[in-house]
Amino acid sequence: MRTDLAVIGAGPAGLAAALAAAARGVRVTLVDAGPEAGGQFYRQPAAGLGARRPGALHHQWRTWKRLREGLDRHIAAGRIVHLADHHVWCVERRSGHAPGDFAVHALLGPEQNEPAVVRATAVLLATGGYERVLPFPGWTLPGVVTAGGAQAMLKGGLVVPGQRVVVAGTGPLLLPVATGLAAAGTTVAALVESADPRLLARQARGLAAEPGKAVEAAGYGVRLLRHRVRVLVRHTVVEAHGTGRLTGVTVASLDADGRVRAGTGRRIPCDSLAVGHGMLPHTELAETLGCRVDGGRVHVDEEQRTDVPGVWAAGEATGVGGAGLALAEGHLAGRSIAARLTGARPDEHGGKRAAASRAALRRFADALDHAYPPRAHWAEQVTDETVVCRCEEVRAGAVREAVRDLGAGDPRTVKLLTRAGMGWCQGRMCGPAVAGVAGCPETVTRRPFARPVPLGVLAREPGEGQV
Amino acid sequence: MSERLTCDVVVVGAGMVGAACALYAARAGLDVALVDRGPVAGGTTGAGEGNLLVSDKEPGPELQLALFSLGLWAELAKELGPAVEYEAKGGVVVAAAPEGLTALGDFAAGQRAAGVTTVEVAADRLHDVEPYLAPGLAGGVLYPQDCQVMPALAAAHLVRASGARLLSGRTVTEVLRTPRGTVLGVRTDRGVIHAPAVVNAAGTWGGELAATAGVRLPVLPRRGFVLVTEPLPRRVRHKVYAADYVADVASDSAALHTSPVVEGTAAGPVLIGASRERVGFDRSFSLPAVRALAAGATRLFPFLERVRAMRSYLGFRPYLPDHLPAIGADPRVPGLFHACGHEGAGIGLAPGTGHLIARLLSGGVPELDLAPFRPERFEREAR
Amino acid sequence: MNSLRLARSRPGPAFTVTFDGREIEALPGWTVAAALWAAGITSWRTTRHEGRPRGILCGIGVCFDCLVTVNDRPNQRACLVPARPGDVIRTQEGTGHAD
Repeated sequence: MRTDLAVIGAGPAGLAAALAAAARGVRVTLVDAGPEAGGQFYRQPAAGLGARRPGALHHQWRTWKRLREGLDRHIAAGRIVHLADHHVWCVERRSGHAPGDFAVHALLGPEQNEPAVVRATAVLLATGGYERVLPFPGWTLPGVVTAGGAQAMLKGGLVVPGQRVVVAGTGPLLLPVATGLAAAGTTVAALVESADPRLLARQARGLAAEPGKAVEAAGYGVRLLRHRVRVLVRHTVVEAHGTGRLTGVTVASLDADGRVRAGTGRRIPCDSLAVGHGMLPHTELAETLGCRVDGGRVHVDEEQRTDVPGVWAAGEATGVGGAGLALAEGHLAGRSIAARLTGARPDEHGGKRAAASRAALRRFADALDHAYPPRAHWAEQVTDETVVCRCEEVRAGAVREAVRDLGAGDPRTVKLLTRAGMGWCQGRMCGPAVAGVAGCPETVTRRPFARPVPLGVLAREPGEGQV
Repeated sequence: MSERLTCDVVVVGAGMVGAACALYAARAGLDVALVDRGPVAGGTTGAGEGNLLVSDKEPGPELQLALFSLGLWAELAKELGPAVEYEAKGGVVVAAAPEGLTALGDFAAGQRAAGVTTVEVAADRLHDVEPYLAPGLAGGVLYPQDCQVMPALAAAHLVRASGARLLSGRTVTEVLRTPRGTVLGVRTDRGVIHAPAVVNAAGTWGGELAATAGVRLPVLPRRGFVLVTEPLPRRVRHKVYAADYVADVASDSAALHTSPVVEGTAAGPVLIGASRERVGFDRSFSLPAVRALAAGATRLFPFLERVRAMRSYLGFRPYLPDHLPAIGADPRVPGLFHACGHEGAGIGLAPGTGHLIARLLSGGVPELDLAPFRPERFEREAR
Repeated sequence: MNSLRLARSRPGPAFTVTFDGREIEALPGWTVAAALWAAGITSWRTTRHEGRPRGILCGIGVCFDCLVTVNDRPNQRACLVPARPGDVIRTQEGTGHAD
């Protein structure tokens, strides 16, 4: 299949870009891993569940309906082709071909055994993000899930991890997760947030850039009260307990430096823990294309262009900032692509509102970043026996030994000497943890395969029939 | 920050070869500083597969060095224990067609004469040796001496065992010489290290280091990709490759060559490597290169078709124009020794190289004739 | 379930799958992981080195902790694979491949 623009990811950024580009005459192919468009943010209950109130677990459902209607209209008109269940494992810049010749390589369906290829003149990377989880003793017990994971299972399957859940970690995601689980009938035993609310207050100016968000947050607060959820700020989960599955957690209070205050630990019985420490961008497709990636984010200019001609990026991949920012960035990217593909410059006046909204939302995102820093000194709670790399079962002690005795001083060498990050997830889950335990800064990990690909698929260059 | 250090010998490069030089030099009673601009095993060593092969080497000086090294590897493995994942697993070279098998048989006969153990495996016995091999192959040769280590672990443990001072994250900017040209030490970005001897174990960057001492050593990079699969039970027992791999290794062509070596690892994944391309230090991912690796591997082992590749990494193999390493004293700069340019065989050849260098450093007579490895052998050609 | 009520769900007819030989009920649209969770099951894999139980972590296909064997195909991500009538779901041990 050939197209003007391949948009990778059908979340807020990808959808906004696809709609903006299609409205300006660009032929768009929307390539997405999900069975339905929407991404993680607008994940809906599966069709088979017959939800008559699919928005019950969402906010901004009206925005989603508008996007969905726009998508349907463009699909009906033949301007957008939506390829669902397409898991992109590599975007290839075809050297030796004309400039602006990309091959988007995907695997089909949940099984991911069969290939599909989309050839495109331009590519937009709207690959979103995933949750950062920092390790603590017991975090590998069944029943410990990421906050986003609990939310995804709830939104998509209307199922919950257990009867009595603790929501913990840091960041703005914890509030909707706790209220969502409570609304779904789960007892939320506690919401444990490590950040100091004074930090939030200090960011008042940045946060004021988006007054609507304050109202949203207040709404969550009211709902937490209604469900009688105990909120513990400046607290952290120091250990998860259980054998075979989770039976409880110990939480403790933090001092001003973010260290656990001795003697403050108390046990909260629970059968599940939803934990998260912020979001990380998916940047592997960009890295393999050779795009500049700074501090874990794809670098883009005012038009959302990466430094590789023909490649744009928008949404969480360019820095975590939430759905509203992703929509603005996607819209601007779509306008830019439509103009640039015809050799023109984007009409600046037309994009003014989106650009202003992007600026305000970025300020807001920065403020949130400062308000919810990853807890300092978290690595001190990670005992030598704690598994840090879940796939390869590498313990913190082995990481520390590699640094202390074997001369490792950077994440790559730690990985080589311990296998931390060499497993199925390719270090996506343990990257920050390993760097933190090793006491070295995180570096960019190259992952030429954005997801595992069968050797039989890799071995065959797709014939022109498939292209 | 600047500090002054003095020692007997500075080894530049904390890869496998540098680690082995440091170990044997220290064991010869020398005070050794091991300097690297990056971490341990940060260059070619960390991007290799850990092949300790005799099977791919034709009779000649490299094969003699390989056999010498294999003996040392066996001793090191005993000493260092399971941490380095040493496996004396043997290699199997297979031929698809009868003509290939004849050529392979002749090649093996030559190796046998040079001291290599070879066992011919008839077509109907191949599956006893490697149960998952493709059907219809013409036959093969088993090389029981081929081994494997985990190269980064091996280098790190050798460094530790050497007791040498490891100065990582420190870039050597110049080999210091007296006005008469004799080595004085090295200048680094964090101070000078004084020593009467410097060993160039800088691998792919060995040419650059030699240049700072005013001598030419034409080390060039050859890019290689390695594919890594999901973890599997042990289905590939040996190092297995098709007979045309040998021709690839010796090839002078710049184009992509792949005749992958397929092998299981102690950790579970199957390694498939490596492609060979002469493209300078280009670190960009090449889908055609890894496709060729996957194609070669699935031809040998059809069950791999549905096995997933999880990752791929690349490295640069340092090679010299005649595909032999540079090992020995540099007559142009007294006190400068070279131990680099081992191409894709550095892990296997490292202990032998280190041992020979240590012998030279302590004024002894090396166990092997070093004439074929003379670092100055490219002088005439340059003029 | 409350969450179904919350979304005023009228799911299609439930069907049966088996987990380690035991019959469990699933709803159309559920992933394998959702069906297992609904049945109160939180782990369906044991790790290859230490044999520790694992289940859902990220829920979105990134972490590969929820690998499971479905209809003899190992290493399926339970959070992505839809449950289908008659599916034979088994706890995956180690690599999921027979020795």
